[in-house]
Amino acid sequence: MSFLEVKNLNISYPTRKETIVASKNVEFSLERGEILGIVGESGSGKSTIANAIINLIDPPGEITDGSIKIDNIELRSNEEIIQNIRGNKIGFVFQDPQTSLNPLFKIKDQLIETIQAHLNLSYQDSLKKSIQLLKEVGIENAEKRIEDYPHQFSGGMRQRVVIALAISCEPDLIIADEPTTALDVSIQYQILELLKDLTKKRNLGVIIITHDMGVIAETTNKVIVMRYGHIVEQGETKELLTNPKSTEARSLVISVPPTNKKIDRFKLISPDGKEITSSSKDLTKNIIKTWGIRENKNQKLLKLEEVTKVFDDNSLGSGFSFISNKSSNDKIVKAVDNVSFELFEGETLGLVGESGSGKSTIAKIITGLISPNKGNLIYNNEPLYNSNKKYQIHNSRGQIQMIFQDPYSSLNPRFKVKDIIAEPIKFFQKNISNNDLLQNVYDLIDIVGMTRQSLDRYPHEFSGGQRQRISIARALATRPRLLICDEPTSALDVSIQAQILNLLKDIQDELHLTMLFISHDLPVIRQMCNRIIVLKNGAVCETKDTEELFNNPEHEYTKELIRLMPKIESII
Amino acid sequence: MIVVAFVSFSLFNFVGDPVNSMTGEDASDERRAEVREVLGLNDPVYVQFSRFLSNIIQGDFGISYQLKREVSDLIAERMPATLELVFVSALIAIISGVILGVYTGINRDSFISNIILVISLAGVSLPTFIIGIMLIYLFSVILGVLPSFGRGEVTQIGFWTTGFLTTSGLKALILPSITLSLFQMTYVIRLVRAEMMEILQTDYIKFAKARGIKRSVINYKHALKNGLIPVITITGINIGTLIAFSIITETVFQWPGMGSLFIKAVYFVDIPIMSAYMIMVAFIFVMINFIVDMTYYFIDPRIRLKEEGS
Amino acid sequence: MLLKTYNKIYDTDIGYSFFNSKLAVISSTIFFIILFCSVFAGIVAPYNPFDPASVSLMDAFTPPVWSEGGSFSFILGTDQQGRDMFSTMIYGSRISLIVGFASIIFAMILGVFLGITAGYIGGRYEIIVMRLTDVQLTIPSILMALLVDGIARAIISQSMHDEMAIYVLIFAIGISEWPQFARVSRASTLVEKNKEYVSASRIIGLSNILIMFKHILPNILRPILVIATIGLALAIITESTLSFLGVGVPPTTPSLGTLIRFGNNFLFSGEWWITFFPAIFLIVLALSINLLGDWMRDALNPKLKKR
Repeated sequence: MSFLEVKNLNISYPTRKETIVASKNVEFSLERGEILGIVGESGSGKSTIANAIINLIDPPGEITDGSIKIDNIELRSNEEIIQNIRGNKIGFVFQDPQTSLNPLFKIKDQLIETIQAHLNLSYQDSLKKSIQLLKEVGIENAEKRIEDYPHQFSGGMRQRVVIALAISCEPDLIIADEPTTALDVSIQYQILELLKDLTKKRNLGVIIITHDMGVIAETTNKVIVMRYGHIVEQGETKELLTNPKSTEARSLVISVPPTNKKIDRFKLISPDGKEITSSSKDLTKNIIKTWGIRENKNQKLLKLEEVTKVFDDNSLGSGFSFISNKSSNDKIVKAVDNVSFELFEGETLGLVGESGSGKSTIAKIITGLISPNKGNLIYNNEPLYNSNKKYQIHNSRGQIQMIFQDPYSSLNPRFKVKDIIAEPIKFFQKNISNNDLLQNVYDLIDIVGMTRQSLDRYPHEFSGGQRQRISIARALATRPRLLICDEPTSALDVSIQAQILNLLKDIQDELHLTMLFISHDLPVIRQMCNRIIVLKNGAVCETKDTEELFNNPEHEYTKELIRLMPKIESII
Repeated sequence: MIVVAFVSFSLFNFVGDPVNSMTGEDASDERRAEVREVLGLNDPVYVQFSRFLSNIIQGDFGISYQLKREVSDLIAERMPATLELVFVSALIAIISGVILGVYTGINRDSFISNIILVISLAGVSLPTFIIGIMLIYLFSVILGVLPSFGRGEVTQIGFWTTGFLTTSGLKALILPSITLSLFQMTYVIRLVRAEMMEILQTDYIKFAKARGIKRSVINYKHALKNGLIPVITITGINIGTLIAFSIITETVFQWPGMGSLFIKAVYFVDIPIMSAYMIMVAFIFVMINFIVDMTYYFIDPRIRLKEEGS
Repeated sequence: MLLKTYNKIYDTDIGYSFFNSKLAVISSTIFFIILFCSVFAGIVAPYNPFDPASVSLMDAFTPPVWSEGGSFSFILGTDQQGRDMFSTMIYGSRISLIVGFASIIFAMILGVFLGITAGYIGGRYEIIVMRLTDVQLTIPSILMALLVDGIARAIISQSMHDEMAIYVLIFAIGISEWPQFARVSRASTLVEKNKEYVSASRIIGLSNILIMFKHILPNILRPILVIATIGLALAIITESTLSFLGVGVPPTTPSLGTLIRFGNNFLFSGEWWITFFPAIFLIVLALSINLLGDWMRDALNPKLKKR
């Protein structure tokens, strides 16, 4: 008899048009001291299973069949039993530490409340235990910090508090739903280490749900691969990652950007299980004809000289005039601190750093969305900002374009795809004939690999990957020379990410584009870029050619980043 | 405040000719000039304005054109009536509004919730004066149990006259205060309900559930405290609105308060009363806003600690 | 053809939610019937209450048809001047609706313009606009309208005033409703402004005006529509309240509120129908609009997903 046994679990969400099966005949088991990973792309039903175990499925979803047993106690029973089990036997860690704590209660109150709900302890004992717990999850000065409110902790610290809450009543099982997705690499590492540690020390069973194969490789003993609510494959982590049998598992494993070498293109797996590597070259022919042939002259295209951008905290605004008047010493944040670099025509330069490193701010300064406080930007031998710090629109717009992170907000939901792509063309060629315009739009939608039928639809009818393709088509509509990609694939599933990255590589090759590629994801950066700049707190740490940087990092921070990134190869 | 003062001053001075309304159309020119001199209308504008301001600070709002009495006396006479009415109505509106709002927010699809909601929607759609008329018709005309107008017997305590201490005073208060509070109550119900529903879907509520906290604790401790924050804001606006709507209630019930004084002033273009009323109301608004801001400061640690930290 | 359109509308989420909400269907039907009646008042109403030839004081205080002394020529009875209640109400609702619509459109244009520009441009301009909104918002609509009316009375002579009354009223109600629109459109603009499609438009080089009114405006219409619907009900109620207080439209062109005010004087003497029917009519009108607005708010709110 295993510690946790899930048998024949079926969950469905009845909607108006159809009943969505979120989980079908799911079976697995878990022993104490083991870490089980559940992995799958978005919509595969991995979170649903976690919620099912603690019986917190959002309505109208419901468990239609099956059994979940922990220590041989059936969990699919009445609310009273499950409420006692929650927290007491099972601890839960959510994805986003920013929103999982009640902002109006002190950490102390939330801990003590949980402890007293399950354990028969006095207030004083609960308080002692709470402090003990905070120490255990690595919060310094716990006696004092326990009096704080959630917003006084940083993201990583908050996740530690959440974990402290999850283990506060000595549970036997911890379920962590994407526990590190909202966190930076270095903090992710710490949190995962903490979970591994607790597993060993307290002999817990742990379920980690994630989309990140690196996390799976580094932390779990067993893994389940899910797709459309089915388990397509499960087994020992090492075995599954080195020798995946199902198409889905192979697709997941093969699409992950390798951390230890540079590859030319990502391999993709078609639904029938074959590998695809070819690209479709001749699609860009028409575009090249209308653009005219460009050559890579290897000249300097863009130069940043000592660019600095300061945000003062108060400008972000508190609406309480009579209070905020009192505090005159505003907090000042240097988002970009004295950054200089050069970008050569035809290359791909990577900007890498954790959140708050200023990488997106640099992109916004180059595109004129925000202006710098200090420094010069020189594009094609002309300054981007005039002496009044005003962006010189006509020099560069159109030539500098950007692809954004969030495919769900980067397209205007009220515009048809056709109009989204046509608008910039019309803007730069006021007297273009309707025929030419349409032809132009066709060419663009062709090269990003979408059908022409999609032009008459609205963005919400497409998936994230397709939207990102539309976004690319729009960026290309102005015939840019410099394409800035700001985390273009961080919101996408790994197999879609591979497709989009391949597309970007192809387009860059054939249209001789220069690219500034921004990402927090080192493996992705490694595959995409010729040179890399590492940023920390707005300042440049290190600039190096890609392979040189990975093989021979100099700066301490770069070394740490490379050491801490989860590596799928670590196990193979 | 200054802005309001200035607006009412301009009203006072440039709008209409007070001399006309005081002396009548057929007064002789000498009589008019005399009145102008007495009122100080021949001085430069800024002198008039500063005089106006200093008068206000001393509580002197001038003389009513219509009633030929000191405006400050008139207001002092009538203020207690309005404030008592507003106070009782605000209590009814907020307390019952919050209770019903929380109930409907938590029991989203229950039968009782739906009934409360439909009634509350009817409440929003019912103009205050119709509610008043209906209540009068029902309780005074048909049943004859409650008075349809006036304050009943009042007791004098210093300058304050109160209806709280006599049975007839309290009885007289029932219908007007219900009338006045109904509209606001429905407003509070809907606000609290929407807020509770949104909060119950947040991650921290889900996390609390996952920690095995009792449902009642989650609903009445975690959700309620967060849900009450906007109620504070709304309470501020609420009291302002109640003061405004007391104009209608006072008209319907012939309640001897500031509102009925004001509406008569509008009728007869009695500008000193109008401007005095405006200044009084603006003063009350500013006070309420200040209190609301302070309350926020104490209830929400995110605001309080941000300040202490810097 | 009609069926096909119906099916198509039914297929969308909002259409589905509409046809599955009995209240929404009923209330919109009632609203459109009233709207139709008041637009075509000349055809629908059996009498023209403003035509002295058709009104006779002899008919005054006729009770409704089912009461003793009622007559079929005046189904809902007559008022103190012998006007047919039913016709007067329809003409009255016309005034109420005109004032309601006009003031809400006025408020919407003003508020949305200020809201979008404030949200998009930001800086000092935004602070000024929002301060203005806050100040305006703390002044309740009734008070504001009374004030505007009071000033107008003082400026404009009595004879002119009756003519101008309806415009003064529209202005007074409109000016007290705009902050709602400004607030909502500013808040929505702030959300939209940070979305990447706006950044994309800026990088392309589109002008700010184009971005505000071609890109952002269509995306914030939903909440504005909700506010407008609820605001319409509020405007109609405010209008009738002002008329009830005797500072609204002149008695020569009575709105529903004016009718109720007249009737109120006869309530104690037993002629209940003079005040009762306009009151019910007003409530039904306001309730149907509010129900519609309420449904809209829930249906258009992505945060409250219903099953």
